[in-house]
Order: sequence, then structure tokens, then C-alpha cells
Amino acid sequence: MTTSESDRSSQPPYRYPDYVSTRLRAPTQPPIRIPGFSSRHAGPALDDSALSPLDADLTRNGRRNGEPVGERIIVTGRIIDEIGRPVPGALLEIWQANAAGRYIQPTDQHDAPLDPNFLGTGRCRSDATGHYGFRTIKPGAYPWQNHPNAWRPNHIHLSLFGPDFGSRLVTQMYFQGDPLLPLDPIFNSVPEDARDLLVAQFELDRTEPGVALAFRFDIVLRGPRATPREA
Amino acid sequence: MPRQTPSQTIGPFFGFGLAPDQYGFAGTAVGSGTVAADQVAGQRIRVVGRVFDGAGAVIPDALIEIWQADAAGRCDGFANEPPSGRSGAPFTGFGRAGTGARSDGRFEFDTIKPGSVDGLQAPHLQVTLFMRGLLRHVVTRVYFADEHEANLRDPVLCAVPRNRRDTLIARCDDAHSSHTYSFDIHMQGERETVFFDV
Ligand SMILES: [Fe+2]
Repeated sequence: MTTSESDRSSQPPYRYPDYVSTRLRAPTQPPIRIPGFSSRHAGPALDDSALSPLDADLTRNGRRNGEPVGERIIVTGRIIDEIGRPVPGALLEIWQANAAGRYIQPTDQHDAPLDPNFLGTGRCRSDATGHYGFRTIKPGAYPWQNHPNAWRPNHIHLSLFGPDFGSRLVTQMYFQGDPLLPLDPIFNSVPEDARDLLVAQFELDRTEPGVALAFRFDIVLRGPRATPREA
Repeated sequence: MPRQTPSQTIGPFFGFGLAPDQYGFAGTAVGSGTVAADQVAGQRIRVVGRVFDGAGAVIPDALIEIWQADAAGRCDGFANEPPSGRSGAPFTGFGRAGTGARSDGRFEFDTIKPGSVDGLQAPHLQVTLFMRGLLRHVVTRVYFADEHEANLRDPVLCAVPRNRRDTLIARCDDAHSSHTYSFDIHMQGERETVFFDV
């Protein structure tokens, strides 16, 4: 297999001054290209002995004395690579704020209530056809310090391990119709014609009547953009 | 052709989700600072360091992942293995550490020194770095100062301008045992770490 030049046209830059934290943290030197580097490496081995089915249900995995508060949602989608092939066995790690916009991480100082029955973290793997799914509570918006009256749109953080080192992805999933999206510098750091790729779409067909709304979020991992080469 | 899903920053609050064991929460992560269990063959080493921003401040909310070969240079991936494929493996080659887990912002990996993957490359750790303010992750490598001969021949190091190669070499730290290597990462400035386009 050979890997051709990767199409980075949908990716944000490192330095995006409207997102203030990039100013002192974005590398200033261009990355040094090592041709064929990622194609030579499969992804790391992961000890996933702790994965359990409950990991994919955030409405249950943090329960102590009742149900978490908020809108129950089902998120499903398909993970494919850049030539459209399904990616089976991809590991997704999920973390998010609760319905009030508060994370359980102690460094989160937002004055909104914690939910004793919600952790806001989970995991799942894509199946043989690349499909994945998890159930959670719709996260609330929360304020942050980037600029006056700055609010993050509703979002779920996702971390993915695909089939090789180059396919590693950490991203955020947003929700269709959120009025905060056009105001968010993190979302706006993505080239305009690629922003829709981060927005989950409401999907009536997958809702569970009387229980939960459903959103669709398909994911395209980098690579392999490869063509088998005969020796 | 489908377009890549854009990357977004990991943000400041990933600890409880990605490294709960290091941030005081119940639950286990797919990787930790202990990369090799005691029974794994090889020279035991510890790799420690901090991450600095462009103003020289220690970054307390970065996540570092390493990935490495075993002592014999074997580097087999997990690609598409069933979820149970690696259960309880003593050595996965994968480690993960958050810099907010300790008050001084230091990351620590206890592992074994990797062998040469293909007989050509010098022993090294592959490093992926995430943080608030980084919209896409960056990738670098840790080489070892006491592998001087191998480093001189390493094709990846040789592709790096000579005056920047030092940023990729972990020092044997005299303040610790001879098996502790120190590797600081600088996001900007005169000592800006070399990152790779992979
Ligand atoms: Fe967030």
C-alpha cells in the first residue's frame, strides 16, 4: 500500500487568533514531512479489557439514585475512510457536559449544577460495517473566557482510533440549528465549506418514540487514500 | 471522495473521560503512564517531561500519548481486532498521560526501551500531543541521547534540519537514575519542538 498526499482541505489551521488559546500554543514552524510515515504504522494496541456494553449508554453508566436530568438522545453514525470504505473496530471515546452545561472535571468552574446521576463519559466501537451508536443526555451550552459573553455551542467531544496511526482523530460533534454555532471561534476555525461535517443531523427515523430523540453523525477518518501496488 | 471529518481541540476537560484513573475518577482508560508491566522483557526506563507554551509557561492541560515498539522492535498494531483482542495484555506499546494529573504539570511514562523497528530507525517513541488551543493534534518523536550512533543513521532524524534535531533527543537525567530520560516539549520559541507531518 502507498499513501498519497493527504487532503487537508477540511482541517482547521493551527493558529486561529480568534480562538485566543491558539496564539501561544500553535506551532509556528511547518511540520516536517516524512513520506510514507503513517502508512508504515498500524495504530497502537489498546488495552480495552475494561470496555463493557454499559459504556455506550451515558444515561445509565453514572446512575446513583435515579436518572440523569435532561433530554435523552441517541447518536448513531458510520465511520468510513477517505475512499469510502467502512472502518470496523474503531474505538470511540466520548466526553461531554451535562444538561446544565457543567463537566464533572473539578477544573470546570461554571456555576451550574452537577448531576449526581450523570458522568458524561463513555466508549463504544464501530461494528463490522463501520456503524457505531451511543445513548446520552443532550449537553448544555456553557460560558468560557475567550471573549466577552462567549458561550460554547452544545457539543460532544469525541476521540477516535482508526486502523492506523494517521487516522487518529479528536473532534467535537455539534447539533443542527444551534444559534451559537456561527459565533463560536472553535467551530469557525474549520474552513467554511467543511463546517457541516461537524454538525449532527436530527433523524426522526431513529428516534425511540416516547423515550429519546436521535441524531446522525457520520465520521470520515483520514487515510488510507491508498492504491494497492503490484510488486 | 468523502472529506475528512475536521479535527477540533480536545479542550480543557478531557481528564475524567480519557484518563479517569489519573484524574481521581473511577474507571480505567485504554492507556496510562505504565506502558509495560513488570514481566515485560527489556530495559526499564522512565520518560518524564513538561510541555511549555510560547510564553514559557508550563501547560497544565495537555494530553500526551506515546506508542512504541517492544524491546525486539516489534510494533504490531491493533487494527480491526475484536474488542477482546488485547484484554489484559502486559504490553500494548501504548501509553497516555495528562499533564494536569500532577500539580507540577509533569508527565511520566514507565516503559521499556524500544528496539529498532526495521533495523534502520533508531529506538524511539512516537508521540501524539493534544491540548486546549491546539485545533489539530501534533506528532513528534522521542529519541534517546545514549543511542548516538543509531541516531546519526536514523532516516527521520536525518530529514530534520541539524540545528533542530536536539529538540527530539531525550536526555539521561543525572538528578534521577540513569534510566530516567527527560523530554520537554516547546510549542513555540527558540527551542520549538520539531513536529512531523505524518
Ligand atoms: Fe467542551
